[in-house]
Amino acid sequence: MELFSSMFVLALIYSTPIILAATGVLYSERSGVTNIAIEGVMVMGAFVAATILYYTEASMGDFAPWLSILLAGLAGIIYSSIHAFISIDLEGDQTISGTALNMLAPALGVYLCQIIFGQQRSQAFQRGFVKTTVPGLSEIPLIGRLFFSNIYPTFFLALAVVILTYIILWKTPLGLRLRAAGEHPAAVDSLGISVRKLRYGGVLTSGFLGGMAGGIMVLTQSTQFTASSIHGMGFISIAALIFGRWNPWGVLGASFFFGFSQIFGIYSRDVPLFANIPQEVFQALPYALTVLALLFFSRKSAAPKAVGIPYKASN
Amino acid sequence: MENVVEMRGVSKFFPGIVANDKVNFDLAKGEIHALLGENGAGKSTLMSILFGIYRPDEGKIFVKGQEVEITSPNKAHDLGIGMVHQHFKLVENFTVTQNIMLGRETTKGLFLDQDAARKRVIALSEQYGLNVDPDAKIEDVSVGMQQRVEILKVLYRDADIIILDEPTAVLTPQEIDELMAILRNFCAEGKSVILITHKLKEIMAVADRVTVLRRGKYITTAQTSETSEADLASLMVGRPVSFEIAKAPAKLGETVLSVQDLKVRDARGHLALKGVNLEVKAGEILGLAGVDGNGQSELLEAIAGLSPVEAGQIQLLGQDITNVPIRDRTEQGLAHIPADRQKFGLVLQYSLAENYILTNYYQDPYSIRGFLQKAAISHHAEELSAQFDVRSGEGIRSLAGQLSGGNQQKAIIAREFSSQPKLLLCAQPTRGLDVGAIEYIHNQLVKLRDQGVGILLLSFELDEILSLSDRIVVMYGGQISGEVQGDATNERELGLMMVGSWEK
Repeated sequence: MELFSSMFVLALIYSTPIILAATGVLYSERSGVTNIAIEGVMVMGAFVAATILYYTEASMGDFAPWLSILLAGLAGIIYSSIHAFISIDLEGDQTISGTALNMLAPALGVYLCQIIFGQQRSQAFQRGFVKTTVPGLSEIPLIGRLFFSNIYPTFFLALAVVILTYIILWKTPLGLRLRAAGEHPAAVDSLGISVRKLRYGGVLTSGFLGGMAGGIMVLTQSTQFTASSIHGMGFISIAALIFGRWNPWGVLGASFFFGFSQIFGIYSRDVPLFANIPQEVFQALPYALTVLALLFFSRKSAAPKAVGIPYKASN
Repeated sequence: MENVVEMRGVSKFFPGIVANDKVNFDLAKGEIHALLGENGAGKSTLMSILFGIYRPDEGKIFVKGQEVEITSPNKAHDLGIGMVHQHFKLVENFTVTQNIMLGRETTKGLFLDQDAARKRVIALSEQYGLNVDPDAKIEDVSVGMQQRVEILKVLYRDADIIILDEPTAVLTPQEIDELMAILRNFCAEGKSVILITHKLKEIMAVADRVTVLRRGKYITTAQTSETSEADLASLMVGRPVSFEIAKAPAKLGETVLSVQDLKVRDARGHLALKGVNLEVKAGEILGLAGVDGNGQSELLEAIAGLSPVEAGQIQLLGQDITNVPIRDRTEQGLAHIPADRQKFGLVLQYSLAENYILTNYYQDPYSIRGFLQKAAISHHAEELSAQFDVRSGEGIRSLAGQLSGGNQQKAIIAREFSSQPKLLLCAQPTRGLDVGAIEYIHNQLVKLRDQGVGILLLSFELDEILSLSDRIVVMYGGQISGEVQGDATNERELGLMMVGSWEK
């Protein structure tokens, strides 16, 4: 039981960046733009957050990690605006644009580290986010231990973003329009609404959330930025989006599934039953499960109909 | 009567084309005014100008007495002009209400108030007899209801000048009648309607006046009560058009197609054909009539080899082809003009020349030792384009997708006819085409029949079935509900057989 609850809490922590990034891509894809650049966006977010934290933690203390992820989000907006421009204004191929940005991001990060720190990684920061135990709520039997003890506050941020996303996309006029842009942009256009603005909004929101996700990942799971800080979590968050059927609650569940599979990979060596299985098997688990999940759940896809197709406005 | 729209000397130039040449048009309050012309005559361009999609290069527009510049569809909305597009612009997984409110959302504070919009939709729907379900998803409703949703979108935005672009192209005869009744309701409520169409019958039935355009030029405006279908047709085409098809009695030959007790399941697993028997002889046109969805399309697809057969047999010239591959059927003399020319008839991204050899590209002379022979393909294409009068911007190198609908259909006909078929399956060959192209295609079909080819003609236009067929079978509920000689029946009798209340 002790093992399970600590695994559970860690799974929530590891899910946090996946939830945020996948929710980000949800905005982009619902508006009609594929955003596989999310991996690169997260890399940029991780670099910015680790760098800002290194320089501000001495002077700003507890506020520094929050400032760092906020700036990581802004960096994500800037980086994803390249993808938005190529996809929306130039009507370019969104997969190629995303792939290019994904390849560029770690290289750019390392290059900037070389300039700033004189090495291929950022200088290690002292401490990132600090785990908290929520007073009161942590006293609740079981739930208190699973959700409110020894957890990073960023998990609650991610949860709030999911709830807010549901409200925005399904309960407001803006959400109705954004989803329509991803399904049938010509319909939106014919009613005098700008598809371009909606899609920019979708992509830049994914940039903000993706940048924050990258920042949170490095600030909760590492001590510095390296070229492999994100190691495919951006792609896994896209898998979580598909697995979660482009729906915030589905994304939440799927992200937890992928988070848990990572933790399972780490903890497996402590389970006597698995002791004889090479550890690499479990390290590969999250990725293998991703492939399997997509194999079984992507067939009856719920993808927005117009996702990935550039829209040319009528006039 | 007061004019709500006046367009004076409106011109629009596109590179190399004069789409509208000093066109005049006016719309009186409370009238239905039809805008008639062949494809490419400039009807849609003129209405796109009125709806703010294009800006005119010359001319003036007055709406309700004021000179206006309509710079965008939003501006048109503000002036009370609404347009029901030919291709629906509806989000399939949204409800009817959500589609209607999109862009004009009712809110409570920051949040959507769908109830308010829903009530308004119901009220409008009742007021004009539109009969829509506000909570149904678009993907679950009929094409007719989708069109009524488009109309509601316009009404919801308080439009009193309503443009409908080819509204009947996708509707069944019954839905067309319903639409006409709705349009009359609009006029009774003081709204004004512009009907873009090339269907003469509908104009005569519903419009008060009609304006004819030809090749971008204004020809005339007439009261429908003072004109006739024949007059309008010749005004539209620029020469007399005959509706009667000159046709010698059929010289029947051997049986080319024989279908025995055919059973086929549709995509959802239901039995779409419940034991169909029919024969087509060489030299005859067998018309296949029926309301859409009674198994006609499934029958043609099964014969063509596009869908698997559950039970029964199909024979082509005495050979069993029930389960043979499509290529073998083609080689044995089967040709097919599919209902959806863009989806099944042509590869839109291929050139015209490539489309001409889709069924025989692998044969000598088009392909030798596995390589395509460009010279032979081009030569063949030039010949076909000339013979069948297929017109395209860049000749045989034009992409099929760039051709007009009529020329696309001519291209398919050229390909299928040139394969020297024994049996031609022909589904809705003139759907969406203008009078000139229809006349041409009808004459070609009769010519082919006189050469001794058996033709199975599926059409939802009873006129077409009646004027072309030597023999007519009617399908109802996956079975043949009746068979009559083409010259011994009429629309009424067929209509009754189509709804299953008459057997013969």
